[in-house]
Amino acid sequence: MSNSKNSDKIILEAKNLEAWFGDFQAVKGINVQYTERTITAIIGPSGCGKSTYLRCLNRIHEEIEGTRVSGEVLLEGKNIYDKKIDVVDVRKRIGMVFQKPNPFPSLSILDNVVIGLRLQGITKRSTLMEVAESCLKKAALWDEVKDKLNSLGTSLSGGQQQRLCIARALAINPPVLLMDEPTSALDPIATAKIEELMDEIKRDYTVIIVTHNMQQAARISDYTSFFVYGKMIEHGLSSDIFTNPREKQTEDYISGRFG
Amino acid sequence: MNFNYRLYRAIKNRLFTILIVLSAVVVLGPLFMVIKYVFVQGASSLNLSFFTELPKPVGEIGGGMKHAILGTIYIVLLGALIAVPIGVTCGVYLNEFRKSKLSKTLRLTVDLMSGIPSIVIGIFAYLMVVVPLKSFSALAGGVALSIIMLPIIVKTSEEILKLVPDHIREAGLALGLPRWKVILFIILKGSVSNLLTGIILAISRAAGETAPLLFTAFGNMYLSFNMREPMATLPVQIYTYAISPFKDWQRQAWAGAFVLMVLILTLNLFARFVLTKIKDKKGY
Repeated sequence: MSNSKNSDKIILEAKNLEAWFGDFQAVKGINVQYTERTITAIIGPSGCGKSTYLRCLNRIHEEIEGTRVSGEVLLEGKNIYDKKIDVVDVRKRIGMVFQKPNPFPSLSILDNVVIGLRLQGITKRSTLMEVAESCLKKAALWDEVKDKLNSLGTSLSGGQQQRLCIARALAINPPVLLMDEPTSALDPIATAKIEELMDEIKRDYTVIIVTHNMQQAARISDYTSFFVYGKMIEHGLSSDIFTNPREKQTEDYISGRFG
Repeated sequence: MNFNYRLYRAIKNRLFTILIVLSAVVVLGPLFMVIKYVFVQGASSLNLSFFTELPKPVGEIGGGMKHAILGTIYIVLLGALIAVPIGVTCGVYLNEFRKSKLSKTLRLTVDLMSGIPSIVIGIFAYLMVVVPLKSFSALAGGVALSIIMLPIIVKTSEEILKLVPDHIREAGLALGLPRWKVILFIILKGSVSNLLTGIILAISRAAGETAPLLFTAFGNMYLSFNMREPMATLPVQIYTYAISPFKDWQRQAWAGAFVLMVLILTLNLFARFVLTKIKDKKGY
């Protein structure tokens, strides 16, 4: 994976980020920078806080009662945890795809993609159609659904539903896209489709993806972070991490000796 | 030894099966007897003029309960108009702020409310609406029925909204939508058929109430659609006719009971079967 065509602009940065569930600290002192238009994979054993960390990046972690976050997350230099910043604006600029495909049950395929825009007040049909088509194409779903845009989103297969959710997240055009194990509920063929489309998405978006699958991380990512017990043990170019890790713990994990 | 043990098991098994079937029969038996009795008595007293005519003076044969049938529909809808917005909103509040202090108080209040005897609710509506307006009125009846419906609607709304998985809510929030839009356009919209089921069950419960209407809507012998005036309803009309000494009125009371029962059963069955089918296709 070369990132020669990318600028080296830092789009997102975590500074001493920590997160709690009640008294339990799930994320400990994370410092990291993300370059624009790259894919970063976060790997680590179950329960190591990688999902929680990801959910801090778009402030969705705080939706769970009894949780707390400290530290800073800078989106283009501005701290999203600043009191003056509206959380709604943060989430418009940092999209998310969840582990379980979760299209909105009562909505058609088309409505699922454009609901974000429509509820923001954009109702012009031609605009919405244009966005829907381009996002469904980016999510590699257009050819499969173009003749049934009015069917329910939930009528699609699991893999298609997840691509629909990716299209839905892309529709509001966030510069950063977070993906929380997007393929863990999918079969290998559906997984391959999503990995393929991520290469496309990278041209326009910065992607941070949590995955359990190390081969997946090695295949698709430019950078990889390795998490254990809420700490980031190592972060660097994926090619280095998977061939020549600096830390013993990382080496043990990727070679299957632990985790 | 082994054979004896198996025989013992078989007998015990059979015994419990019989007990379970028996208890089902005990529950279902009275229900079917009521339905059958009202059907036999009511259907034989029923004719077209029952639906199309107003009551005749005592002594004259014929007449119907058109005014009471329409009055029941009017007052029940009026009650629903008051109770549904408040009830669903409370349900949303309880579900969104599950652990807040106000939620706990509200939940307890709602539980207590569903235990209040309906006659007490009638007295309350009498004091709050009839006394200040100085007249029995359909409005007072509607208020009384809305208080009957309210706890049912709040409870079912809360339970229904609880069914919406958290990740659906998060998906909405992650799109940069304000919380109220997520609740209104994603969570409530996806629960419409479920909510309707709850509302219809509340309506069918309220439609059969007599006590709260006795001294609120009161009843009359004419067709009225004036909210400020007394209005006839099926339950009150049935009550008045059933305790009268006239054979003809008693027959009409049976017919009224039959119509009311069919109305409520139909609503219930509609909610249970038709709406559930829609839900399976579209809802949570």
